[in-house]
Amino acid sequence: MHPAPLIALVGNPNAGKSALFNALTGARQKVGNYPGVTVERHSGRMSLSDGRPVELLDLPGTYSLDPSSPDEQVTRDVVTGKGGLECLPDALLVVVDATNLDNHLRFVIQLKALGRPMVVALNMIDMATRDGLKIETAVLESELGVPVIPTVAVRKRGLDEIRDALSGVLGTKAGEPRAVDPDIRAYQRPARALAKAATVEQPRSRAVSKSLDRVVLHPVAGPIILLGLLFVMFQAVFSWSEAPIGWIEGLQGLLADSALNLPQGFLRDLLIEGVINGVGSVVVFLPQIVILFLFILLLEGSGYMVRAAFLMDRLMASVGLSGRAFIPLLSSFACAIPGIMATRSISDPRERLTTILIAPLMTCSARLPVYAVIIGAFIPARSLAPGIGLQGLVLFILYLAGVVGAVVAALVIRRLSPKGSANGSFMMELPRYQLPIARDVLLGLWQRAWIFLRRAGTIIMAATVALWLLASYPVAPEGVRQSEYSVAGRIASGLHVVLEPIGFNRGMSLAVIPAMAAREVAVSALQTVYAIDAEDEDAGAQELGARIGDSWPLSTALAFLAWFVFAPQCLSTIAVAKRETNGWKWPLVMLGYLFVLAYLAAGATYWIASAFGL
Amino acid sequence: MRTGGGDHTLPKVVRRNFAGFAGQHVLIMARNMSIAATAPLSDAPIRHPVPVRAVDWAVLSEGETRRLREFGLDEGVEVEILHRSMFGRGPLACRIGRMTIAIRAHVAHAIHVEAKGA
Repeated sequence: MHPAPLIALVGNPNAGKSALFNALTGARQKVGNYPGVTVERHSGRMSLSDGRPVELLDLPGTYSLDPSSPDEQVTRDVVTGKGGLECLPDALLVVVDATNLDNHLRFVIQLKALGRPMVVALNMIDMATRDGLKIETAVLESELGVPVIPTVAVRKRGLDEIRDALSGVLGTKAGEPRAVDPDIRAYQRPARALAKAATVEQPRSRAVSKSLDRVVLHPVAGPIILLGLLFVMFQAVFSWSEAPIGWIEGLQGLLADSALNLPQGFLRDLLIEGVINGVGSVVVFLPQIVILFLFILLLEGSGYMVRAAFLMDRLMASVGLSGRAFIPLLSSFACAIPGIMATRSISDPRERLTTILIAPLMTCSARLPVYAVIIGAFIPARSLAPGIGLQGLVLFILYLAGVVGAVVAALVIRRLSPKGSANGSFMMELPRYQLPIARDVLLGLWQRAWIFLRRAGTIIMAATVALWLLASYPVAPEGVRQSEYSVAGRIASGLHVVLEPIGFNRGMSLAVIPAMAAREVAVSALQTVYAIDAEDEDAGAQELGARIGDSWPLSTALAFLAWFVFAPQCLSTIAVAKRETNGWKWPLVMLGYLFVLAYLAAGATYWIASAFGL
Repeated sequence: MRTGGGDHTLPKVVRRNFAGFAGQHVLIMARNMSIAATAPLSDAPIRHPVPVRAVDWAVLSEGETRRLREFGLDEGVEVEILHRSMFGRGPLACRIGRMTIAIRAHVAHAIHVEAKGA
């Protein structure tokens, strides 16, 4: 048994489930995974009105107990107690959209057949009132035989009543378990009849959403708005982040300076070169990641994201995908890991696999440090036209190269897959527009930022420190470069044989290895290597750009950029792909094709640039 | 309750759906008009609510069928095209009951609605 009773939050998509979850649990949440699947497990603590603590589990939204995608399957398995993911929940809290009772009540009736203690949250009751619907809660209660509580999750209305009702039903039985018909149609007519009996309807629905959609989904205006939003988003990632990046760098400098007071020796060097500057060179990208996720959370929270998927469907269809794949791919610009995890809502297995395979080609934020350093060192900050700088243009080309690579890869995958091009399907509910709720967005941002910082504090720090050790020892004799004499230098020399034809020097060959742990480490690795070689070690902190600018030819730098557009350089992504595809086959395919692509792209870039004498 | 699955592939069944949003209406229409007065939803005029007369489930995939039913699509339900994309080949946004959904053109083609003004 659970130490605290487990209450599962279930409901149709867009019923406001997560908003209710956030309102009930506040910040006391845990994000984890279900065993064996990458569907995120969101759970949190709350106390009932009698003071009992309970665990609330936010299950993925689904229309019925007949799952059509992996995340819906989790919901089915948990509420029916099959599949061994969880103990059977002690009670269900079912969320329905008060403005769409016809549809949402079907699922309530289906769930009721399970015979579990149950409370229904009649959510978005304010919207229903605005739409001119008057709902008789008493009718619903007497017909369903369970407590029905009107709520407005976003305004925290009805929460105490929910806590009361849950304490009331815990430990009781809602009814005898009956055979559950997996076909939701079986519940269609009773649901409609009940909805009709309980509502006094006036047929003005969604006036605001409708008129907004006239613009947002307009054949001409729609795509322009979408492009504009994406442009603003990527622009903001760079312009808004300048100041906070400066603060983090300042803090890093302060820390490094204060560490200089420590007695000279191994520990001080490790702390300054390995930990503070190594991890610091990665943490500076936190602002950009937060800004990118802010946009993604706002787009999702407002209901616009599905409209973007609608607008993109035509384009995605031409490479064998659907608009649905646009959402995970957009997330992959922040990080491929949540992107790959977001593919769980794609029901077509082949489309899902293709999306997983091409997600790493979307330029994730971990590549930014690498791009930023190289571009800063080699591309002059010249203005080509008002508002268009040369550096920005190069960055844009790098992003574009990733997208083009993904399109080509998707086409090749479609060509190679056995059934050819079946017409995929695209069916999504377009939810009502709403103002994103600040609390929900902040919680989401906090969770993403925390995941990133934890990564910086664990895997990135470990990789940086290990590299520092390998690059520092054994100590080189007089006249021999430390970066060549050390263990890391010798490993790099071996790899260098393979990478030399595409223009990589020893330092780069060395940086490519730890970058497998996380791409950003390439920057801290170069930083470390050059710092170790440098005589004046504390000057190493600021001068990476200048140093490589002096010592690398432009053709080499461009080849390095091309490598990072394609190379599969994050083990966590491979690990998630493995878990998501249940085996090693596809992650290995991904690894292989991305390495080949990276090698060829870097090589081609180097050879062409060299031919032009760069 | 009867929930047989076999009869759904046949378009001309007048549904026994009295509780449905426009069930009664459809029944009367079906008595008075010829069965042929239907048109695919993909050809329906924009922002013009029409009741569904039949759905050609046989041409839809299992996943599409399930999703459409989950959205509440059935004979007798009122649907309305809200938006089309630029060249007619992209998806359509339509309203089913109180829900707005996106579907592709071939799905809209399989949904036969009452042809207004026929």
